[in-house]
Amino acid sequence: MPSSLSESRESQPRASAPHDRPVQLLNPSGRRVPHAPYDDYVADVSGDQLASLYEDLVIVRRLDVEATALQRQGELGLWPPLLGQEAAQVGSARVLRPDDFVFSSYRENAVAYCRGVKLTEMLNVWRGTALSGWNPYEVGMATPAIVIGTQALHAMGYAVGAKLDGEDSVAVAYFGDGATTQGDVNEAMVFAASFRAPVIFFCQNNQWAISEPVTLQAQRPIADRAPGFGIPSVRVDGNDVLAVMAVMRRAVEQAREGGGPTFIEAITYRMGPHTTSDDPSRYVDPLEREEWAGRDPLARVEAHLREAGILDDALAASIARRADEAAAEFRAGCTEQTDPPPLAMFDHVYAEPHRGIDEQRRQFGEYLESFEEEN
Amino acid sequence: MAEMTLAKALNASLRRSLAHDDRVLIMGEDIGTLGGVFRVTDGLKKEFGGDRVMDMPLAESGILGMAVGLAFKGFRPVVEIQFDGFIYPAFDQIVTQVAKLHYRTRGNVRMPITIRVPFGGGIGAVEHHSESPEAYFAHTAGLRVVTCSTPQDAHTMLQQAIRCDDPVLFFEPKRRYWTKGEVDEDALDRDDVLPMGSARVVVPGSDVTLVTYGPLVATAIDAAAAAAAESGGGDADAVSIEVIDLRSLAPVDVDTVVASVAKTGRLVIAHEAQRTGGIGADLAAELTDRCFYHLEAAPQRVTGFDIPYPASRHEEHFLPDLDRILDAVDRTMGRRPAFYAGAVL
Repeated sequence: MPSSLSESRESQPRASAPHDRPVQLLNPSGRRVPHAPYDDYVADVSGDQLASLYEDLVIVRRLDVEATALQRQGELGLWPPLLGQEAAQVGSARVLRPDDFVFSSYRENAVAYCRGVKLTEMLNVWRGTALSGWNPYEVGMATPAIVIGTQALHAMGYAVGAKLDGEDSVAVAYFGDGATTQGDVNEAMVFAASFRAPVIFFCQNNQWAISEPVTLQAQRPIADRAPGFGIPSVRVDGNDVLAVMAVMRRAVEQAREGGGPTFIEAITYRMGPHTTSDDPSRYVDPLEREEWAGRDPLARVEAHLREAGILDDALAASIARRADEAAAEFRAGCTEQTDPPPLAMFDHVYAEPHRGIDEQRRQFGEYLESFEEEN
Repeated sequence: MAEMTLAKALNASLRRSLAHDDRVLIMGEDIGTLGGVFRVTDGLKKEFGGDRVMDMPLAESGILGMAVGLAFKGFRPVVEIQFDGFIYPAFDQIVTQVAKLHYRTRGNVRMPITIRVPFGGGIGAVEHHSESPEAYFAHTAGLRVVTCSTPQDAHTMLQQAIRCDDPVLFFEPKRRYWTKGEVDEDALDRDDVLPMGSARVVVPGSDVTLVTYGPLVATAIDAAAAAAAESGGGDADAVSIEVIDLRSLAPVDVDTVVASVAKTGRLVIAHEAQRTGGIGADLAAELTDRCFYHLEAAPQRVTGFDIPYPASRHEEHFLPDLDRILDAVDRTMGRRPAFYAGAVL
């Protein structure tokens, strides 16, 4: 383990690799392309393991489509689709151990899936039955942050805590290109560098912050900012699950060994709307979307696996069946969720008794009961 | 018992907290090697090391966000905000995260974060160094807001705040940092220790209830003494003021104030913070609701004016003082007309 925080602050930051081209290991046609030194980080990934990652990609896309349908049918109030970002999320999340901790934004539902969040628990927030779905400590993932960029600081703080506790677990902050403009994300990088925190800043640059193109946030590659904070960074093809896994493994390994933070910019594309309330036809050039459709994260893995003889029609059908089953479970878990009782809204405001809330709950309870008596 | 200043009592309280629980961490700007600009953390880094008493990079949102992450990891961070007027960069983290995470996670994640804030004026400072921002936080569900007025309360209440599993804004009356008083360092362990959320009657009285907190408690005690001693027309002119130190601003111990006003029938509330939307406004409404038939006069507020905290050569006029407090007391006694008398016809 690294020595104390105060000592580590005096050590020098590592040099950063130049960003000549984003790391890519599977090109859009599914051909394996070399990219040192990242090849070594996935040398152990067998055909079967890649098929398993492919299954993850298929399932999370299927769930995402189902959730959008549920919103359209009035079962969910809102849904933020991750269509197009499956590889960035699955490739990074599958690297983590159970004792690592994720602090994400609201679009990281594939990350949540990989962390073991129950399907129904992904939907509470969007159905409006609760402000969170799962117990963060059971899956090593915090409740997603909605205020943009706030979670980057939490990940950094958690990582400092892990270091203070002498553990080799890491924290990951997931955020988008829009968040990189927020002060919190920049402050998190300053602090992480100063404390040499074992945190990975994982930016999914999906090119859009609702209607604002990334060029409004950054005039240079986003990853170029991190070295200025003393944090090495890497750009990766975010639609290449293998490359994402490789850069994430390298970053996590370095963090575990006391090497401090890494910034990863996963270059991807938000193929859907910001949320189901959004209308991208007002601002997205259809040709641009078409171009990105040609870089689909699932298609290239499928092509690669078929070429390698690992995936055949029977396996593809079985994966599709499992995805349909997951979607059915997802749907049932959504529609079966009932509204919480009124007085439950007073629960958990405080951890300890609070005279103000207790009194308001009592009064509102009496008020509600007064109608029951009349009936 | 030992005599110490309020600042020293806070220092001793932090030392006890660090020794009592190894999950307690102290974080802030200049709090380590320097010992804090008010020296409240003096010597703590030397005694407990830089991993427990941590100088922070200069970003208040960053500090609070880091504290949230540490709380997720099971730590109990105690954050120092250097001055009241510098808390605003951290406002978002405090209001959207610190205050709401326990609720958001349905009780799964606790945020036992104590945020120490030197507050209030009267020290001749430049802008942003004399403010009283407590109402912003009292308005935010999920936070507890307390303030101390004596070295004993400073010592006891800060430990209570740190041990509390909820986030606590701990406002320290900076112009009283150098006030001395006797401190029983073992008071926290006594059976009769007053809970952090309770108000205290500091001067008993029968004519007017005077409620205040933090830096104005000392002023209120002086006002009560002056009113009791008024001798212009003999005993008939003397007013018996019951002074209540609110201590907890969220939640407010309304019951203690109600019990007093039920007895006196008159209520004066004093604070340095601006009037509109202040602690006094809410308390006046609550007491009017609960003591309507006991009131002999409309509740009066003595507060800072609804202007930005002015330049220091103005502050003696801005800050409620003994005379303005007694003026309000006189109005509740019918000795002076209410400010708005005759306005409603």
